[in-house]
This record gives sequence, C-alpha cells and structure tokens, in this order.
Amino acid sequence: MKSTEEILELLKGKFGSDIIGLVSAPPEKMIDITPASLYNVAVFLRNNEELDFDNLMLLSGLDDANGSTLSVVYHIESVKEKHKLVLRVTVPKDNPITESVVKVWECANWHEREAFDLIGIKFNNHPNLIRILMPYDWNAGHPLRKDYKNPEFYQGMKVPY
Amino acid sequence: MGLLDKEFSQENIVITSVDDLMNWARLSSLWQVGFGLACCAIEMMATSAAHYDFDRFGVIPRNSPRHSDVIIISGTVTLKMATRIKRIYEQMPDPKYVISMGSCSNCGGPYWEHGYHVLKGMDRVVPVDVYVPGCPPRPEALLEGLLKLQEKIRNESLVSKETV
Amino acid sequence: METKTSHLRSEEMILNMGPQHPSTHGVLRLEVELDGELIIDVRPHIGYLHRCFEKHCEAMTYPQIIPYVDRLDYLASMYNEFGYALAVERLAGIEVPPRVEYIRVIMGELQRIASHLVAVGTYGLDIGAFTPFLYCFIEREKILTLFEMTCGARLLYNYIWVGGVSHDLPPDFIRLTKEFIVTFKPIIAELNNLLSYNKIFIERTANVGILPLDTAINFGVTGPNLRASGLKWDLRRDDPYSIYDKFDFEIPVGEGWHGTVGDCWDRYYLRMLEMEQSIRIIEQAIEQIPDGDVTSAIPKRIKPAEGQIYSRVENPRGELGYYIVSKGGLQPHRLKVRPPSFVNLEVLGELCKGHLVADVIAILGSIDIVLGEVDR
Repeated sequence: MKSTEEILELLKGKFGSDIIGLVSAPPEKMIDITPASLYNVAVFLRNNEELDFDNLMLLSGLDDANGSTLSVVYHIESVKEKHKLVLRVTVPKDNPITESVVKVWECANWHEREAFDLIGIKFNNHPNLIRILMPYDWNAGHPLRKDYKNPEFYQGMKVPY
Repeated sequence: MGLLDKEFSQENIVITSVDDLMNWARLSSLWQVGFGLACCAIEMMATSAAHYDFDRFGVIPRNSPRHSDVIIISGTVTLKMATRIKRIYEQMPDPKYVISMGSCSNCGGPYWEHGYHVLKGMDRVVPVDVYVPGCPPRPEALLEGLLKLQEKIRNESLVSKETV
Repeated sequence: METKTSHLRSEEMILNMGPQHPSTHGVLRLEVELDGELIIDVRPHIGYLHRCFEKHCEAMTYPQIIPYVDRLDYLASMYNEFGYALAVERLAGIEVPPRVEYIRVIMGELQRIASHLVAVGTYGLDIGAFTPFLYCFIEREKILTLFEMTCGARLLYNYIWVGGVSHDLPPDFIRLTKEFIVTFKPIIAELNNLLSYNKIFIERTANVGILPLDTAINFGVTGPNLRASGLKWDLRRDDPYSIYDKFDFEIPVGEGWHGTVGDCWDRYYLRMLEMEQSIRIIEQAIEQIPDGDVTSAIPKRIKPAEGQIYSRVENPRGELGYYIVSKGGLQPHRLKVRPPSFVNLEVLGELCKGHLVADVIAILGSIDIVLGEVDR
C-alpha cells in the first residue's frame, strides 16, 4: 500500500518533467500529468509490480468552466495492494486531444466514448470513438460543456419544453 | 352494462347492437405491448404480477406490437427512443390505444427543464388516449387509467369516427 | 452422393435485438453478428434512456439532486441515495447520528433483497420460467410495503437525505420487519426448489457465458458478477463505509456449483446467497439499533468548500461511485456517476462470443443491468 506522495516520487523519477505535480483538492489529492505522457504513465502504473493498478474505477471528463481548458480525471486502484490514485490531464478547449488508455484498462472504452460524447474530448488510438449516449446523428455539440446550447428541433421533434 | 340488458330469460339469446358487442369484446381483452422504458416499467411489471393482477382486466403482455391493442408508454421518452416508439405504434393494428404512464411521458416530468435529450411529452409523437399522472404512478393508478380507457372504448361507435 | 458446399455463398448476418425486446430489460439495443447460429460479436447500443442526469446535477442544489439519484437505478433507489448522501457528507465533513446509520443499513439491505428478487424473477422469465417471477414479486411487494409505511413511496423514495433521513421509522416498522424476515427465510429455499435446481434451468445456464477473473477485473466488472468469478471483493468489507464493519456476514463467491466458476448459474445463484447474507445483516442491525434523533444533523444549507471526492458503495449491482467536484457553490460543479451496470454491460460482447443466439438472453439476464443506470 502506497500513498499518493510515494507514487508521485516514483513517477517523477521515471518520467521527469511530464509529471506536472500534486494538486490538492480536499479531501482528495491528484497528480497532474501531460496528455502526451498519459499512455506511458498508465502502462507503468499498471505493470509495475509494487503499484499494480489493475482497476480503472472511473474516467470522467470535466469542463473546467474557465473558457480555455477541459480535463480528464482517472480514478484508479489496485485490487491486490488496495491503494488508490487520482490522475488528471488538462487539454485546451479548442483542440482537446489526449491519449486513450483502452489498451491498458479495457473498461476505459465506454468511459472514453462517453467523455467524447458529452464533453467532446478526443482520445488518440481509441478503437471506436463514436457517440455513445446521444444519437449518432446529433450535431448540436457536446451537452455537458458549460456553454452548450440546446437545439430547437431534432428530427422534427421540438426539444425545449 | 348495455350488453345484457335485453336478455331473454329462458332461451340463450341476447339482443344487442353491433357497436356494443364489438366494444365489449375490445375492451375486455386489451393486449398490451410488453414494453418497458424506465422506472414506470417496474410499476407496470408489479401491476402485471401476482399482487395487482392485470390479467383480470384481460390485459396480457404480448411481445410483438402486431398482436397488441394497447401500448403503455411507461417511462421517460428520449429523443433517441421517440422515433422507435413511433415505429412500434405504427406497427400495431387498428384499433389501437395509447396509455401514457407517468409524468415523464406526459410532459417530461422532472426532466422538463434541463433534459436536453428528453422528449417533453409523448403526445408530440403519437396520439395519447389516457394520461396517468404520477412519478411513478402507483399500480392502482395504472388500473384506474385502464378503466378510463375501457370506458372510452365502451362509448365508441363503428359508424361515426368522431366519437373515437 | 457426395455433397459439396464449397460453392454456396456464405456470409455473416447482423441480427438486431431491441430496443423493444422483452428480454433486454428495458431499452437496450444489441447488434448481434452471427455466423449461422454462432455469435461472432455482440455490440450493445445504449443511450435510449439518456435522461441527462449529470446536466441536471449541475443546475440543482445538493439536496435537490436526491430525487434524480433515485431515478438512476430505479430498482435500488435506497442504495443510490445512501451512496450519494455518503459522498456529500464526506465532501462537506458532516457527521451523522448512529441511529441514522442503522436505518440506512436496514433500508439498504432490504433494498438489496428487493432488487435481487427482481433480478432473479425476471431472469427466470427470460429463460422461460414464468412462475418464479410471480413468487418473487409477492415477496418484493412486502418489502415495498415496509418502505411505503416509512416514507410514503413504493419505488422512488427521497428518504435518505444528506446528514440524516427525512423522518424516523414508524413505530411498527421493527416488528413488521422481524415478521418479514421470519416469513422470508423459507421463501429462499422455496425459490431454490422452484428455479435454481430445476434441470432445464441448469442446462440453460451452467457452463454458459463464463467470465474469467482476469477479464472481469480488466473490464472493471464489479458486484455479484465479479464475485461469481471467484474474487472475494465486496466494498462493504474491502473499503468499509457507514457501519458495515460492525456486522458479521459472509461474502459468497462463485464456486462453479454446476459447471465452471463464473458461468451464468454462478452469477444467478450468488444473488440467492447474497439475500441470505442481507437477512443476517438486517437481523443484527435491528437488534443493535439505538434510539435518538434522525434529523438533527441535516444541514440547512449545504455548501462544501472547494474540492472533490470519489466515494463508492456496494450497490446490489456492484460498485456505485459518485465523483463530485465542488467549486464552493451551492450546486456541484460536476457530478459524475460510476454506474455499475454501465461498466458491467461492456463485458457482454466478450461473454457472448462463440455461444448460440439463445444464450445472449441467458447471459444478458445474468449480468442484471438496469437501463436507467446504464444511460443515466
């Protein structure tokens, strides 16, 4: 069982400047990393024998509501070692691209599709990045963004009350 | 009841109008599409199960819309689902009836304001005969809705379409 | 005569199942790719019940969200509220009185039994056994009566609030719950005789849809489905919350009773075993429940400081998590749910490969999904 600080030291030793640092969001702590290094960090966390993060509990996309960034938060845990970790990557809103972790944790597949569908974050190397909850032909944008505007009509049906 | 008013006491003869006979037959065996959408579907299942026993009104869930007389829209209708429900409705043979069960399918329910993907009222897509309010309606409320529908069918006429 | 089939044209067939299908438990659409009768792949299409839960959360205050939380997993509303209240309490640092904890556990475990009864009953219905469904619903109705006398609603309760419960248990509740437990215990044996040990049922479910443990963990499968694959992983034990550490109960795991570990029968039968354990917890909780006020800790206004929390509970279907991000306002900045059914459903394609068409229904039913939670 390792604390977030210990894992941060391990990651810093391995990835250096790709690990941006520790963010405190009480009662949780999370580690900020760059989108480009995400896949390698995930592989490391998964395969390292001391860490052994084999379960991705939750992947959530967020609109940071500052007009310029979106972020993805990963909650991972180890079933054997019983420790948890929170990772975050931040991407610019006008070009929100990050790496997919489907090859590391299979259950990320639908979570990433959902983040794409509702927030509009694109994941490189995702096997099937299409809308999941909204209709496939929905062209009014990504509804969980804070500046989302609902369309008047969808396929001839009035949408607002 | 209309149907048995003019019964001959000795012989096995009943005199009635065609309208009354047809309506009686229709309202006594309303087969529903076995189709659940959301929370209300659980209450619909509870209505069909042992405790409330929908069967005693002649309501039997059928798996195909082509066998059915009534569709109970039991739950939130989303934009993605609305077109499919319309298609199911179109597959049902006439005469067909629609019971809108629960606030969501009546008017959008608790999702009326921020529900970007919720259809605010089933009647925007298919015509509705009976609205059952509640979130979710109790099984008794659904039974009452069915009785209202039976009442409506009882007053229908084959000749004049206006009363339908 | 020699028959040659090599000149016959053959191709894969796409079979569409749902969204209106009696055995998809709601509005799930499955795109099944077939080679004759054999399944090559199953691709679930979801979102037919997407009710914009997370958007609503961003517009509502913390207590206002509870009715929406109810409507996520409508078969386990009490447990959803339980998890949500716990998450907000952890975020805002609210302590609840001991009586509230006991009430929550009693309600939660009753809800688990009710939910498993529906799962078991409808599973029988899918496989072709109609009668167990009726028996299960009779018992479920008794639990709903208990809920109804407590909070006035049968299905969606709005009972467990942040910091407490909306009102205390009615005076008769303890006595009636004890009566229910006495009558319910033999019912489990009866249901087992009706369905579990039925030869046809075993033939249709044993050795079908085997979920190996490493696949299960990799796909994030939780709850009875994971335990049926042989891992003793129950958040009530492994990440204890509320007062579950005060109770003595077993965590049943799949043992391949009639076939292989992690097949449909194991997943089904595990729910039967879990009901017995829930009964044990309720019995202990009823004995220990203290007196006291239940509404004293309910805050007038909930305004957590800036921060975030991921809090999870063991819902009847698995790990139900709430990820709440607060920016210090009255409404959460973002509330994301980790719905157990959503994650469990993803493994369906993997389970169905190589089976026959009829097995899709057996496998889907054994995963026990609720579409309200898959789509939110």
